[in-house]
Amino acid sequence: MLRLILRRLALLVPTLFGLSVLLFLWVRALPGGPAAALLGERATPEAVAEINRLYGFDRPLHEQYVRYLGQLLQGNFGTSLTTRRPVMEEFTNRFPATVELTIWAILIAVVVGIALGYVAARRHGSLVDNAAVVASLVGVTVPVFFLAFILKFVFAVRLGWFPSTGRQSNDIDATHYTNLYVLDGILTGEWDAAWDAVLHLVLPALALASIPLAIIARMTRSSVIEVQSSDYVRTAVAKGLRPPRVRNRVLLRNALLPVATTIGLQVGLLLSGAVLTETVFSYPGIGGFLATAISSADYPVLQGFILLIALVYALVNLAVDISYGIIDPRLRTR
Amino acid sequence: MSAQDDAVTTPRDDEAPALLQVRDLEVTFTTDAGPVVAVSGVSFDVRAGQTVAIVGESGSGKSTVAAAVLGLLPRNGRVTAGSVTLDGQSLLGLSQRRLQRLRGRVLGLVPQDPMTNLNPTATIGRQLVETLEDTGTASGKEARDRAVELLTEAGIGQAEERIAAYPHQFSGGMRQRALIAIGLSASPELLVADEPTSALDVTVQQVVLDRMEQLTAARGTAVMLITHDLGLAADRASDVLVMYRGELVESGPALTLLREPTHEYTKRLLAAAPSLASRRIEIAKQTGAEDAVEGDDLLARTDGHETGTDEPPLIRVENLRKVFPGARRGLFGREPDVVAVDDVSFDMPRGRTVAIVGESGSGKSTVARMLLHLLEPTSGRVLLEGQEVDARRQADEIAFRRRVQPVFQDPYSSLDPLFTVFRTIEEPLRAHGYGDARTRSQRVYELLDQVALPAAMARRYPAELSGGQRQRVAIARALALQPDVVVCDEAVSALDVIVQSQILHLLADLQERLGLTYLFISHDLAVVRQIADHTCVMEKGRIVEQGPTDVVFDSPEEPYTQRLLAAIPGRSLELSL
Repeated sequence: MLRLILRRLALLVPTLFGLSVLLFLWVRALPGGPAAALLGERATPEAVAEINRLYGFDRPLHEQYVRYLGQLLQGNFGTSLTTRRPVMEEFTNRFPATVELTIWAILIAVVVGIALGYVAARRHGSLVDNAAVVASLVGVTVPVFFLAFILKFVFAVRLGWFPSTGRQSNDIDATHYTNLYVLDGILTGEWDAAWDAVLHLVLPALALASIPLAIIARMTRSSVIEVQSSDYVRTAVAKGLRPPRVRNRVLLRNALLPVATTIGLQVGLLLSGAVLTETVFSYPGIGGFLATAISSADYPVLQGFILLIALVYALVNLAVDISYGIIDPRLRTR
Repeated sequence: MSAQDDAVTTPRDDEAPALLQVRDLEVTFTTDAGPVVAVSGVSFDVRAGQTVAIVGESGSGKSTVAAAVLGLLPRNGRVTAGSVTLDGQSLLGLSQRRLQRLRGRVLGLVPQDPMTNLNPTATIGRQLVETLEDTGTASGKEARDRAVELLTEAGIGQAEERIAAYPHQFSGGMRQRALIAIGLSASPELLVADEPTSALDVTVQQVVLDRMEQLTAARGTAVMLITHDLGLAADRASDVLVMYRGELVESGPALTLLREPTHEYTKRLLAAAPSLASRRIEIAKQTGAEDAVEGDDLLARTDGHETGTDEPPLIRVENLRKVFPGARRGLFGREPDVVAVDDVSFDMPRGRTVAIVGESGSGKSTVARMLLHLLEPTSGRVLLEGQEVDARRQADEIAFRRRVQPVFQDPYSSLDPLFTVFRTIEEPLRAHGYGDARTRSQRVYELLDQVALPAAMARRYPAELSGGQRQRVAIARALALQPDVVVCDEAVSALDVIVQSQILHLLADLQERLGLTYLFISHDLAVVRQIADHTCVMEKGRIVEQGPTDVVFDSPEEPYTQRLLAAIPGRSLELSL
């Protein structure tokens, strides 16, 4: 097991290196460039050249890359061209917000998805089942940003049930330790702050959860259908187990193994879904900031943020892979 | 007791009243094509402590009867007529709650396939303890101790440690023992054993069944044994019921039924059952005395290489050895290498059948794969007409494959489900550039005729064929290129006895007509005796004994061969016949 972890961590080095090269080339292939973004459309060629010289963008590409790599190896991700703050600082400021949103989205997707899939499978072929199948199909096909707009328009703008933007209302003065606002509110006993943060999270988390929820529901449904007709479930019934034990220890435990794999994959995908959702709800996470960085061609932010997201993605996947061994005894190394 | 009605409905006066009474049972399945009656008019009794066997081929409805008794019919199945009573109480129409209380304590089950019937995510001990707890037999520490006791009783050594193992860490035989321990854990009055050992090797089968017999006898448990194996039924049960297409065609005391079968189907089943007494299928005798004499001639030559005859064998296998590297372990370690095949040599005379018998894991299939050039030997060689085929020269390799063709075990998975029968048989012809479309088509129909399949079958897909028909297609495909050698790896193991006997006759017939040479791999000694001229017995990668089939069977020298022979079910049946 330790061997596996070490090997996977070692593999991260070439992966991230390759990604840094690709990213470096990709951001420079974007139309416009930082000078045009800074100076606007009517900038004189002299001013653009001056800006490019200032930031070193006039140097040959390989020279720029070597300098960038040198900084990276010292843990320096550069400085944002628009905010003038270190990229790392911008990332750590915003990352907890995205983590909080992702956690809520995953919770919704897992709890609702598994429940929906299970109920559909137990009533296989019924109206409930068919409705769940159709709903999950819709869930997978509707684009996240579209759903986000609809949710915002109906529940925030029209009905006013939830706030439409941000993480916290301005009139709330909350203490922050972890920068996970709900957790902070609970830790400090500032219940109004916690509740306010929850209200802000509901709509974006729902929008973000839609696709993984649908996928998890479908996976759970097919897995439960398969396991409930398996020989060992029949044997569990035949040997006289009580129905709750058959359901929880035998049926669900085995049916959820493939679902766990799916959940692991979805966690990674959520990070990309967060970019769209955060933009729609002006949610101050890394996603929204990344979207602005694209339009302002903020090279250091784009390179640094995507590299860091890739690192997080890889670590999450590793953690998921390790957890399989804990969930499924057959995968445990002897 | 020859008339079935007497045996079924009249309880014998001197016996205790029946524990289980099944009367006019009818089970119907709802399918897309409408209702299908799977079982009808089935009546029988099982008295306390008695073992009753239900025998039939797959699809005969024997497992459906078992499921109906246990209230475990699949969702689309329903008991549509008749009654099932246990101790005078009806088992039909009970609520799930009432049934759950009966299960384990009154009705036990030992299911068919040990590989799929244990929960893969719970330890063996857990699966016993939860049964003891939910049936109210024992709980807590007591349940754990009882679990260890039950496993020990079922013949699992070091049960104290093994209780913490997961099913995947157990062999098939050990899993089946664990399932027997589970089935008997709450001391049921009736144990339904549904093909409890059909997935196990013959020697393991015997030990497991012996153990089950001891345990049920000690508890006075009645046993309803479901099996496709008439010999096994005769060995283990006092009464045998024969089912055919959902109906009970004959029943009675085991020996009477086997000695004087009255129903046509039972007679066919008996005639088809391979047993120790059976002799080699002799097609020669039917085709004429001349051939038979020639056959005897060849038989004398079978062991030619031992006595130094000059006629070279078609295939000579010399000192074949295969070592698989051990699995990785830890950072640098490796498990020891596995010697799957060790120093195996034998000759295959032209037009004869050489069989390799052994239990699973004996290396017999590895030998077959090396002979087919599907696996490279670690050392040793395979000579075809005295020539070693250089696997690196593609032309030689292709020529070799044309002459040596396989027929595999599972007719359900060895045919491409998306190919019609025609395409399956035509494919090797096309691959080897045989003729044009017309001659290929002619050849396909010729081959279908040779394996006795109607021409109309050509357009069907594997899913539309029965197991026997599929195996005929596989044989036709193997014969398409007019090979000299056909390697049959467990080619009849998955088939019901009657179909099995038909395929064996087909193989013998084809050998006679086309002069084929067979390598016949099987775990079933009775089948080997029917088809082989020369038999090699393999154990742990080595050939422990080989010689003319009759000699090996009638006077086995090695203790291992003797053990294998002794384990064949149905010996009692033969002795009494």
